[in-house]
Amino acid sequence: MSTSIEATSDLGTVATLRRGLELSPELRRGIGVTLALAAVTTVGRVVVPFVVQQTTDHGLLGKGGPDPGLVTRYVLLALIAVVATALSAYAVNVRLFRASEAGLASLRLRAFRHIHDLSTLTQNTERRGSMVSRVTSDVDTISQFVQFGGIILVLSLGQIAVATGLMLFYSPLLTAVVWLCFVPLLFVIRRFQTIVGRAYTAVRERVGDLLAAVSESVVGAATIRAYGVEERTAARIDAAIEGHRSAAIRAQVRSVVAFSSGQLVAGLTLAVVLVVGTVQAVHDDLTLGQLLAFLFLVNLFTQPVQQATEILNELQNAVAGWRRVIGVVDTRADVADPGDAGQVLPRGPITVDFEGVSFAYPGGATVLHDVDLSIAPRSRVAIVGETGSGKSTLAKLLTRLMDPSTGTVRIDGVDLRDVRFSSLRERVVLVPQEGFLFDATLRENVRFGRPDASDDDITLAITELGLDAWLAGLPQGLATEVGQRGESLSAGERQLVALARAYLADPDLLVLDEATSAVDPSTEVRLQRALEGLTRGRTSVAIAHRLSTAEAADEVVVVDRGHIVERGPHRELVRAGGVYSALYASWSAQQRG
Amino acid sequence: MSVDAAPSLRRSLAIVGVGIRREPRWFAFAVAGSTLYGVMTVLTASAIGKVTREQIQPAVKAGSVTSPQLWTIFAWVAGAVLLNVVGVVIRRIAAGFTMYNVAAGYRREVTRQYLRLPLSWHHRHPSGQLLSNANADVEATWNVFAPLPMALGVIVMLVAGIVQMVLVDPIMAVIGLTVFPALFLANLVFQRAMSPRVSRAQQLRAEVSEVAHESFEAALVVKSMGREEQEAVRFEEVTRRLQGANVDVGRTRGTFDPVIEAIPTIGTLAVLAVGTHQVAVGVLQPAAVVQVAYLISVLAFPVRALGWVLGELPRTVVGWDRVDAVLKARGELAFGDQQLKHSGAARSQLKGVDYSYDIVDEAGRESRFQAIHDVSIDVPAGSTVALVGPTGSGKSTLTNLTLRLVDPDRGDVTLDGTDLRRVVRGGVSSVAALVPQQTFMFDDTVRGNITLGLDHTDEEVWAALEVAQAYTFVEALGAGLDTRVGERGASLSGGQRQRIALARAIIRTPQLLVLDDATSAVDPAVEQAILAGLRRSSSGTTVLVVAYRMSTITLADEIVYVEHGRVVDHGTHQELQQRCEGYERLVTAYAREAAERAAVTADEEEVVR
Repeated sequence: MSTSIEATSDLGTVATLRRGLELSPELRRGIGVTLALAAVTTVGRVVVPFVVQQTTDHGLLGKGGPDPGLVTRYVLLALIAVVATALSAYAVNVRLFRASEAGLASLRLRAFRHIHDLSTLTQNTERRGSMVSRVTSDVDTISQFVQFGGIILVLSLGQIAVATGLMLFYSPLLTAVVWLCFVPLLFVIRRFQTIVGRAYTAVRERVGDLLAAVSESVVGAATIRAYGVEERTAARIDAAIEGHRSAAIRAQVRSVVAFSSGQLVAGLTLAVVLVVGTVQAVHDDLTLGQLLAFLFLVNLFTQPVQQATEILNELQNAVAGWRRVIGVVDTRADVADPGDAGQVLPRGPITVDFEGVSFAYPGGATVLHDVDLSIAPRSRVAIVGETGSGKSTLAKLLTRLMDPSTGTVRIDGVDLRDVRFSSLRERVVLVPQEGFLFDATLRENVRFGRPDASDDDITLAITELGLDAWLAGLPQGLATEVGQRGESLSAGERQLVALARAYLADPDLLVLDEATSAVDPSTEVRLQRALEGLTRGRTSVAIAHRLSTAEAADEVVVVDRGHIVERGPHRELVRAGGVYSALYASWSAQQRG
Repeated sequence: MSVDAAPSLRRSLAIVGVGIRREPRWFAFAVAGSTLYGVMTVLTASAIGKVTREQIQPAVKAGSVTSPQLWTIFAWVAGAVLLNVVGVVIRRIAAGFTMYNVAAGYRREVTRQYLRLPLSWHHRHPSGQLLSNANADVEATWNVFAPLPMALGVIVMLVAGIVQMVLVDPIMAVIGLTVFPALFLANLVFQRAMSPRVSRAQQLRAEVSEVAHESFEAALVVKSMGREEQEAVRFEEVTRRLQGANVDVGRTRGTFDPVIEAIPTIGTLAVLAVGTHQVAVGVLQPAAVVQVAYLISVLAFPVRALGWVLGELPRTVVGWDRVDAVLKARGELAFGDQQLKHSGAARSQLKGVDYSYDIVDEAGRESRFQAIHDVSIDVPAGSTVALVGPTGSGKSTLTNLTLRLVDPDRGDVTLDGTDLRRVVRGGVSSVAALVPQQTFMFDDTVRGNITLGLDHTDEEVWAALEVAQAYTFVEALGAGLDTRVGERGASLSGGQRQRIALARAIIRTPQLLVLDDATSAVDPAVEQAILAGLRRSSSGTTVLVVAYRMSTITLADEIVYVEHGRVVDHGTHQELQQRCEGYERLVTAYAREAAERAAVTADEEEVVR
């Protein structure tokens, strides 16, 4: 089982484009009309210079001298073509922007949503900055290509076809010469594509490194200052910046070489055509006028070929971005919502059962061994054990942040894997040790637990938890801004907010994983009492180092090295003289000082 | 942020000038390459004309051609093309160096500012925005260097072309030349229309990044509360606004692109129409008309490069404004020239310290909130002082003041009598270490996270890990000290991170060690062992410790009890227990609770009996 987000999908260029179109169906919407309009634009782009050239040949340099009448007719004709070309080009542009922006917005949304749907384990294998770039700059590279490159590519191919047709009309032999000159380029381009593509992939990766390094300097600002490691951090950032710079330049040089090869071939083609054409003209197979007219057509042909080679380079850049987005969208969510197939459980007192549950991290040691555990409705259970004993793993399995490697976890007799997430999250809520707060007011953060809660509901919840005095001491009460990641508050205060948030959500089972570890003792005791009074009818599972929690629980479950070694009420376990009584002795010694 | 609706051309060019001064040499190369390209573009046409006149026409007339003649034809054209390509290669590669070097330079400066600016500044700025400033905004500012050299080369071409036209026929030249002002005007109107739209899109792009960043950081909370849908809606709202803004940009571009493309063609047609008439009435040679028409069509495409530059300028200005706001930000701590002594325990004092911070209400009004009121704390050299107080009473703020992570509004903070504001840069952190409540891990190895680049032997690292009770678990990690801990130490548990953070402080044998509830995530037995280890190893260290546990508190020589940012009382544990009610309530909370429960349970058991 792989639990990491694919750095980039391993699809080839064509498969990437196909998958990309599948993920953004809007890109294809109305594409028929857009292509038809693009065809009009293409024809216009070739016809206009052609008419101009014909005007010069027949109207100005015609055998009978200048013919203003003819010229006027031709010029009017060309003007109509110019206007038609401009109008269709406008329509193509706007349609393309609409379709691509709609398609890429849905790709962004899909990738964003999917990142949240990935399991916690999978999310933790990826740097946050890198996940951000997958829904931002990676998508931007695609839009740049689709909006500018994509249409030019289509127009160029069209122009190549039209120009070839016109060239054939003048001289099939010289047309063959032109195409022969370009055939080797086709092979070279394929090779360049790979090289340039690889270079752009490297650039995208270096952008991820850059964002990760910069984000360290921002998120770790306090630690960096406390330890005076500004210079070391700067050196790390500089390495990332330099990595990005050199990768970008390497990609630039490679794409310039690729592009110039097209330009070089175009120029050499012109020279070859002149030579072959001269031979033909000498042998009366071609007039000099026809040769010069043909040279004009060669330009109409080579110009889009050059553009197309350049666009193909940009395509590689876009494909590199696309692959990264597809990589995340196609990473399987290993803890998946059964969705509509899942059960919706009625609200009410909840029963939890662990049956033969083992858990091992992928490629790691087993951290829980064959655990059997039942938690009765309305009971308050404390899980205790040493650091690394597997307590938090139990909490994560219980809330289905992870699935057991073997065995089953059930609530109300139903396998968690068969419960629809919307129902599960409504009934079971975890409060982790470091509950993230959003850069918003206290009110909005607490309301995150129940979006329709009124100010009165929020104040009531905080009062019920016995935190009203704390709230009153905040500079602006509920309107207090908590700052980035809640950093305007202390760690203990952040835990209070996270607890109020979960409490407001009103679940049937509240799982507290060291949720009050940074709160002062009297507040903690007060909280505990409040929760006790309020959790009658609610089941709670608390993981705590502070054994005051265990003293207050109906039942204590002692975990040691992945096994449940003891369980029972606090007093019984203390008397039993096992692992728990030793833990408790050390705890009460601390309390006595 | 207010964005100038139409930044003046002069201002945009001034910004570009700042960039050029950063990389004058590469930029000069790029312009030289571009000039070669421009000259060769005009000369390629002349070369074809020359071989046509001197080689092909005579050959066709003679009805025979020699191979030296054919070689001459080939050599002239191929040579001109080759030089043209060389020009393009030089231009593009040098433009790449200019662009990426300048961008890398600004990225370094912006991130240096992040390291220099105070914590209060960081708290005011969303991290997503700061990421965007260092990445997307820098890029947006200097992207203009991609088309700029070409545009400058074009100006050379343009001058050459105009001179040629005037030499051919002044009247024709006037008609032809109206094309260029028309193009320029169209571009100017385009730029004005684009500027506000591009600003909006850029702003929204940053917002999308901010929302994504925060949401992904909150992933665990989002998941455990089942709020994925709500987050998706929040992200969709800003994504859809960006979509709308981008379409708006596209529509504007879609309007102007065809116009700009049509102008030269219309000019050519005008030249032809008027020219033919002139030729018919006999005032002009047909060749003159052809040449002017040809020059317009040759110049028309490259002239669009000027348009590309003008099209990039709004982004340049917007990006620059966002980057410049970071570069201009002030308020970094000033440093003095005093050195602190590097041996023996240090004495730390806070004297009459006030501290307040900016708050913003929901209406956006700013005010100050005073968090610390007239606090004096004396931590004598070699002593251990415990800071005790309820959650949110200002303890962490006091630890930050002690180590000069922030400066007080009033009063002094000293180490061994030296005001911290007079100490050299890096002086405080070289003698004092803080283990904060919430630890931060670098995406580095265990060793790197402990030494933070200092020169410590592995033995010293293991010794520090032992004191921090982290020896065993680090030994069990796959690669020991070389194990990478992942971003923010994601592969470690909270308790493991705390112990690594402790080792990070211990290895520095600081003269002052500040522990801000630094063992909250480890279990009691481990904490006991850590404290015992610290007592053994830190004889030359002064310790200021924020604690709730009685065992920690009673280790202290003195206890300072704070509430609401004020020192309520200080003294020994016994003294405070007797005379300070708040303290007594706080530290005995667990014991009282246990006693009460025991009594209740005993009663219940009585009843049952």
